Amino acid sequence: MNLISYFIRKLTETEVWKSVFRHGYTDTPRNRALQTLSNVWLHLHPVKVPKHAVKIRFTWCLGGLTFFIFLFLTVTGVLLMFYYVPDVNRAYADMIDLMYVVPLGRLLRTSHRWAGHAMVITVCFHMLRVFLTGSYKAPRQFNWVLGVLLLVLTFLLSFTGYLLPWDQLGYWAIMVGTNMGAATPVMGYQGPFAELLGVKINNDIRFALLGGTQIDAPSLLRAYVWHCIGIPIIAGALMILHFWRVRKDGGISGPL
Amino acid sequence: MSNHAKAQIANYKKTKKVFSWPNLVAKEFIAAILVTVVLLVYSYYVDAPLRELANPGEPENPAKAPWYFLGLQEILVYFDPWIAGVVVPSIIIIGLMVIPYIDVNPKGNGGYCFWDRRFAVTVFLFGFIFWYLLIIVGTYMRGPFWAFFWPWEAWSFDFPTPPPLISLPNWLGIFALLIYFGFGMLVPAVAFWKFAKQLGFIRYNITMSLFLLMMGVLVKIALRLMFNIKYILQTPWFNI
Repeated sequence: MNLISYFIRKLTETEVWKSVFRHGYTDTPRNRALQTLSNVWLHLHPVKVPKHAVKIRFTWCLGGLTFFIFLFLTVTGVLLMFYYVPDVNRAYADMIDLMYVVPLGRLLRTSHRWAGHAMVITVCFHMLRVFLTGSYKAPRQFNWVLGVLLLVLTFLLSFTGYLLPWDQLGYWAIMVGTNMGAATPVMGYQGPFAELLGVKINNDIRFALLGGTQIDAPSLLRAYVWHCIGIPIIAGALMILHFWRVRKDGGISGPL
Repeated sequence: MSNHAKAQIANYKKTKKVFSWPNLVAKEFIAAILVTVVLLVYSYYVDAPLRELANPGEPENPAKAPWYFLGLQEILVYFDPWIAGVVVPSIIIIGLMVIPYIDVNPKGNGGYCFWDRRFAVTVFLFGFIFWYLLIIVGTYMRGPFWAFFWPWEAWSFDFPTPPPLISLPNWLGIFALLIYFGFGMLVPAVAFWKFAKQLGFIRYNITMSLFLLMMGVLVKIALRLMFNIKYILQTPWFNI
């Protein structure tokens, strides 16, 4: 044991170690503070948090897990992008390749899909937790609004991913979803008051979503771009705001 | 910033605190590892669904939206698409967003409690459970042509023809809507005067409108299931 601590001491006193970590290794309150403060990945946290906040039964880790699953989805999603081309002639074949040819492709695709479902579930229950602890009350009202937007974006992320395999399941699910868009009042060609603005099948909201009057190559490309680039950027920007506001609005909520 | 908010921030500064490293970070790390393991193990054993190549000429029956939208698809049975697919989700989103601004009750901030905010918690839980109940029905109990099957029944195309639907005459429909929303807005204002006064005129109206709209979905479902009512109100432009 002495030998180990000797080596650790020697290691943490080297110039290389000191150049990488911006603080000492010894377990002192100062170093514990610096560990959070001087680390770009950890400085999202305050140096100290209320004692009740680290109890699992208060937050159930749900917000953090939602963010973590988002990161998991980003990593697996980027890997999937190496194997998948959003072209109607190739997309399904690429899925089959992922399932049967690509090493670990099946695990990659499957875990991406289940993680997507898991994120929808954790974000819903995060909302429930925040509601039940009254954490949306002053001064945190606006952060709840941001949270609702993030909930909607999570649904949209999952929904746009649904079409990408270009199988019967995704195709007809998107058909059901976008046909509802066609019924939008004023802006959908089947909705009430559509004729007021001259809205028809080739210029309504459904047309904008699908890039055509039916689900075809442009729809697949639109779903792909929204899924991989558009919505993640918007959601990412809102997440930055959401996390920042947790800190600015007085830290994690707690009993008065 | 309100005095209450200031008090809370001052209070935050006084609460007993622990270092994030390692008390919080270690737990986050363990939670992340657990979730990764569960996801990978589950994914290893249960494949993600992949059906045949998309074929525009061969509709799925039933064609179902992703599960989290099946609550909305389920109320398509009871409402026209512009209500079920557009108006209802829009009102849900807006309704969720205004919650912090219509809930003026300062109690229960930062801890689980029921008794001090019975109305808020009950209504929210009701909506949350309602949403998931509809999803469960839509996922497990709707077969071909969106016909109802219990989970233990096999799906078949040989189901009894649903009874013919009737619509209320417009005079009765308008009367029913006026009664529902009129009484719905007025009675609680009188019966729970303190509650209404605490909210103020605008907040009270927004709160009760959202509440009555949510209950209205349930009422319409009940009317359909019990009396085969199709529409309450018919106009040349839209039907409700």
